[in-house]
Amino acid sequence: MKKIESGNVAAALGVKLAKVQVVAAYPITPQTPLTEKLSELIEGDELKAEYITVESEHSALAVCIGAASAGARAFTATSANGLLYMSEQVHWAAGARLPLVMCVVNRGVGAPWTVWNDHQDSISQRDAGWIQIYVNDHQEIIDTVIKAFRLAEAVSIPVMVCYDGYYLSHTYMPFDVPDEQKVDTFLPEYQYKHTLDPQNPENLNTVTMPFARPDRDGVTQPGYMDIRHNLHEELGTAIPVFEQIDAAYKEAFGRGGKPIMSDYRCEGADYIVVSMGSLANRIKDVVDELNDEGVKVGVLSLHLYRPFPREQIIAALENAKGVIVIEKALSYGNEGALFGDIKAALYPCEKRPFVHNYIIGLGGREIKQADLYDSIKASCTASENFEDVSRWIGLNR
Amino acid sequence: MNKQVTNPVNLTAEEFIYPGNRACSGCGLSTLYRIGLKALGRDSIFVVPPSCLTVMQGLYPIAATQIPSLNVTFASTAAAATGVRAALKARGKENIKVVAWAGDGGTSDIGIQSLSAAIERGEDFLYICYDNEAYMNTGVQRSGTTPRGAYTTNTPIKGKIQKNKDLPTIMAAHNPTYVATCSAAYPLDFHNKILKAISLKGMKYIHIHTPCPSGWGMEERLSITVGKMAVNAGLFDLYEVENGKKTLSGPSAKLLKRETLPRIDEYLKAQSRFRMLTEEHVTELQAEIDAKWEKYRQEMG
Amino acid sequence: MDEFKCEIKTSNSKSGPGDAGRTGSWRVERPVIDLSKCTPAKRQKDSCYLCWLYCPDGVISKELEPKIDLEYCKGCGICAQECPTGAIKMVEETSLIEEERKNDEKN
Repeated sequence: MKKIESGNVAAALGVKLAKVQVVAAYPITPQTPLTEKLSELIEGDELKAEYITVESEHSALAVCIGAASAGARAFTATSANGLLYMSEQVHWAAGARLPLVMCVVNRGVGAPWTVWNDHQDSISQRDAGWIQIYVNDHQEIIDTVIKAFRLAEAVSIPVMVCYDGYYLSHTYMPFDVPDEQKVDTFLPEYQYKHTLDPQNPENLNTVTMPFARPDRDGVTQPGYMDIRHNLHEELGTAIPVFEQIDAAYKEAFGRGGKPIMSDYRCEGADYIVVSMGSLANRIKDVVDELNDEGVKVGVLSLHLYRPFPREQIIAALENAKGVIVIEKALSYGNEGALFGDIKAALYPCEKRPFVHNYIIGLGGREIKQADLYDSIKASCTASENFEDVSRWIGLNR
Repeated sequence: MNKQVTNPVNLTAEEFIYPGNRACSGCGLSTLYRIGLKALGRDSIFVVPPSCLTVMQGLYPIAATQIPSLNVTFASTAAAATGVRAALKARGKENIKVVAWAGDGGTSDIGIQSLSAAIERGEDFLYICYDNEAYMNTGVQRSGTTPRGAYTTNTPIKGKIQKNKDLPTIMAAHNPTYVATCSAAYPLDFHNKILKAISLKGMKYIHIHTPCPSGWGMEERLSITVGKMAVNAGLFDLYEVENGKKTLSGPSAKLLKRETLPRIDEYLKAQSRFRMLTEEHVTELQAEIDAKWEKYRQEMG
Repeated sequence: MDEFKCEIKTSNSKSGPGDAGRTGSWRVERPVIDLSKCTPAKRQKDSCYLCWLYCPDGVISKELEPKIDLEYCKGCGICAQECPTGAIKMVEETSLIEEERKNDEKN
């Protein structure tokens, strides 16, 4: 069924189709309409779920942690400072291996207060052990939310579905709503390995020693570092798992095929722009313009940011002359976060392309098509002396 | 309602926690937990934030407790318990009891926000706060319920300057289904109040005065004795609040008939944590207790 | 469900005794029951059991002649303190060890 709705509603409809059993909600702009829509669906009996109106984001994720540990499929959503307020719980959910899904409607973080978009909120949580997926449009929002539950439950690792505040959350676009019965087949009932159960009592998330220790039957069990290594390893396996899940989704619904990253005019391109979220869509126009002028440039939109798809990144970029990373977040005092990751991935390549970095659109600063054009063109025509620093574009000076 | 009077003879001999756990020798919480579980039974799920109980329940991969338990972050106890309850409701397993069990720091300080919200939402679980009047698990630092004058490791020279929060009253002001106070020195009273709490729907809050030999500076053998002193001197009162009405219970109810109560000095002197308390403070504290009981006699006597 | 080989490791503990080892080794004083003074033992009838009730570690058995599991008894002395008939005495472990050693030598 086709609909024209906001990105937040697309997300809510995905959550409804996933038959989520527990929703925790705390308002924060620009996420609020998503959980408002869910309250409407639940109060209107369109979705049978417990809707918990918590008093903070920290509690929102706590409710999900409790619910998932007790065997229910759970969801919450947040933005910016809300995500940072729940940061302790973000780490906890990953360590506890709970297959939660959370939408992060990307917004810049204070201070100073901003309600407008950038990626600093979710990027700052990249090391928490979650899977992070960045999507480009409304269709991807609804599809990815559904796939995210299956992925999370397959590897027992929580998934953040990140989409841009306002650019996607509040704009209206047409999208197809998948058929409910087909989604039921695609996403079977939730099963969790360590459900709290009086019939099989386990003490979950116990204090764990630095060393391995024997259990009550004398069998040696892992220490903290072993458990954490297991999370790291299985984040790695999440990459092929996500590919398989996406293939199954494509078979059922006819959409997908590029879950890790999608490319536009990258084949045979001398230069490849790398970006995430709705910005990648905007860069397509600039890429078209430059190709018309004879510059062979494409754009790669990275969807899966964590686990970082190193091999796929190398395959996509190693034959280019240059890579231009344009992003809306950075590691303050260093450089663009994605830029650092891309450079590190390309380091072992024999013929390394140059990698340039542009920081753009922080706190909703207008992203001008001309600025994108000038920056990409500057990199594509750069001499060898082009300084390897992060360039902030669109500054008021 | 439980009509039969529980006594040590008819109380079940079945144990729900294994010995050889990490609680200190003479721990007041240990007795409470042991006896509390006898009232709750196996069809329960616990939610526990960092506290002595975390350690007592066992270090991976051995659990001293035989009850399924979810360890959660410090501030999130009542919210996580809400999530567990919601999941059980969604899965049609509402018969399972959800019990959040936290310390005084985890309740009066870092956890008060999520607890307040859970009561306001009218959640259906039992929240138990064992109050040993400081952050004992991190090595005896002051909390919101540490009494005035008490030595802690971060009130080392002057003792705590401020008075303690009256947490059960704060919780009762939220109008939950049931609020009760207990003492680890009266485990059967605790047992019976749990039985009552779990028979009721909605939010239930039980607050327990819990002697801690290592934190309070007293001989281990005195946990029960000193706990009883606090109740019998009228310092810590055992009561229930239902529908906004406060009723003294058990040993505290008996005190109503007495004209005078034993002075508080004996209780204070039994613990080295009160060694900095001045004469003036003791007199003031005694006057507060006397005034409180005068009011009780007028209202309930 | 998807066929992936994930060996999910979490910190999920199963219940058993002795998480802290033999906590009886912490003991400085040992509780010794004089059954001639113990109410249920004397009356041969279920009664009193206050030692069992108050024991923080649940190491006293609830039977007519209560027994103490010395493997796990931490020696707090609450049982001796609360026993209404004074049937339980706390005895220094060092003196008992000395005595036990002498008995061993005799045998």
